[in-house]
Amino acid sequence: MRQDNFIWQRKDLLGTYDLSKEEILYLLDTAKSMEEVLERDVKKVPTLRGKSVVTLFYEPSTRTRTSFELAAKILSSDTINISVPSSSATKGETIFDTVKNIEAMSADCIIIRHNMSGVSEFIANQTRLAVVNAGDGSHEHPSQALLDLLTIRDYKGKIEGLKIAIVGDVLHSRVARSNLFALKKLNNTVNFVGPVTFVPQEFENLGAHVYHNLEEGLADVDVVMVLRLQKERMGRCFYPSEREYAGFFSINSSTIKYAKEDVIVMHPGPVNRGVEISSDLLDSKRSVVLDQVKRGVAVRMAILYSLLSGGRIEDSNK
Amino acid sequence: MSKRLKKEVLIFDEKAFQRVIHRIASEIIEKNPDLDNLVLIGIKKGGSYLKERLKKDIEDRESCSIYSGDIDITLYRDDISKIGYHPKIETTEIPINLDDKYVVLIDDVLFTGRTVRAAMDAIFDFGRPKRIQLAVMIDRGHRELPIQADYVGKVVPTSRKEIVEVYFKELQGKDCVILRDLNETR
Repeated sequence: MRQDNFIWQRKDLLGTYDLSKEEILYLLDTAKSMEEVLERDVKKVPTLRGKSVVTLFYEPSTRTRTSFELAAKILSSDTINISVPSSSATKGETIFDTVKNIEAMSADCIIIRHNMSGVSEFIANQTRLAVVNAGDGSHEHPSQALLDLLTIRDYKGKIEGLKIAIVGDVLHSRVARSNLFALKKLNNTVNFVGPVTFVPQEFENLGAHVYHNLEEGLADVDVVMVLRLQKERMGRCFYPSEREYAGFFSINSSTIKYAKEDVIVMHPGPVNRGVEISSDLLDSKRSVVLDQVKRGVAVRMAILYSLLSGGRIEDSNK
Repeated sequence: MSKRLKKEVLIFDEKAFQRVIHRIASEIIEKNPDLDNLVLIGIKKGGSYLKERLKKDIEDRESCSIYSGDIDITLYRDDISKIGYHPKIETTEIPINLDDKYVVLIDDVLFTGRTVRAAMDAIFDFGRPKRIQLAVMIDRGHRELPIQADYVGKVVPTSRKEIVEVYFKELQGKDCVILRDLNETR
């Protein structure tokens, strides 16, 4: 399965949209090797010694930021977290100036989360720093998609030819988009399931199948990915009430029966228990939510290793 | 850049290859009579195949089973930010804690010594062995670090323009060691 002649050449990781199949598989395989380091007593390797990684988050985060920081530290790079409420952003500094200042301090990599779609690409074009998109608005969240793919591959034994349903607030979800792009590259079928306000018909243009009821959307699927209702990105008119939404689209022990017998249930977190997914199903054997989190560190180690080790190819004397 | 093959010297044929493995295995047993605390660790990839051969030879002769593992040194390389490509990371598998064990590190060719340095760093992340020894099929000289092997198949003086290739049955279909002269014309 490994491509021995494959060479990673990207400076940044901005999304899964323009990643090739080879690049996705390379990152998954590298993450698999990184998992071994996480099982050791001494979880530290000297690979990125002397590199510095800055996280710049304009939106709250628990999992992504912590696991990026852990990943960087396990690879021995130095990490600095800039939390926006205590930074000069509150004094009116633009993200462009903030990044330029971080670059001037000779950091090597910046991990950005921002509520505007496309910010990380804009920044990547302006800086020599390696840029990792840790979520930009409703656009992309590539590291989440990669860890989801790794989890699916570990549970299903393959990551091609599967049927995956992504259920809920697809409209606002960068996780759904990154997963769709990556899963389609590997020849999987992707269903988007939810009310028409969250899953407009236009998503079919991206290659997804659109369903507005669970029974049809979950038929014969191997994986159900449940999304959180992103209240912070919505106005008022997307659904009448959480209770009514849950009545039609909540994934629980009875609605999950529409899917295959050996279906696994995923959620990128944070979870609204009892809304998009029932508490008992979240804590059941079918749920692999914490396995996703566990793989997050290995995937982010693979990303940082790929972006920060090695020179550009033209420097090579090999 | 084209590489033209100038000459090729056979250092070990299949028979000599077997004899060398047999001899190194004997020397390891002789110096490490406490086989319960012996751990053979191969450096990926060539060293892993050599390790498997040595392990089988020792186990067949002593009718015992000995600990073994494999190490990938990519994450410990000292040139990771200088080389222009990303070396593929293979998995490291060390089955037991190495505290107070007698470790024999195994590689096919000993050259600059940097790989061995990296492997030793990796080993210390798995415990504090009583002793680390080094076994290699070929010592080709050109050391850049103060590292010497305890068990050597053969010392082969080489020039830096030459390469030593160790072939294993499992991988290339035959057991042999070949010295090649790479005459680079740019």
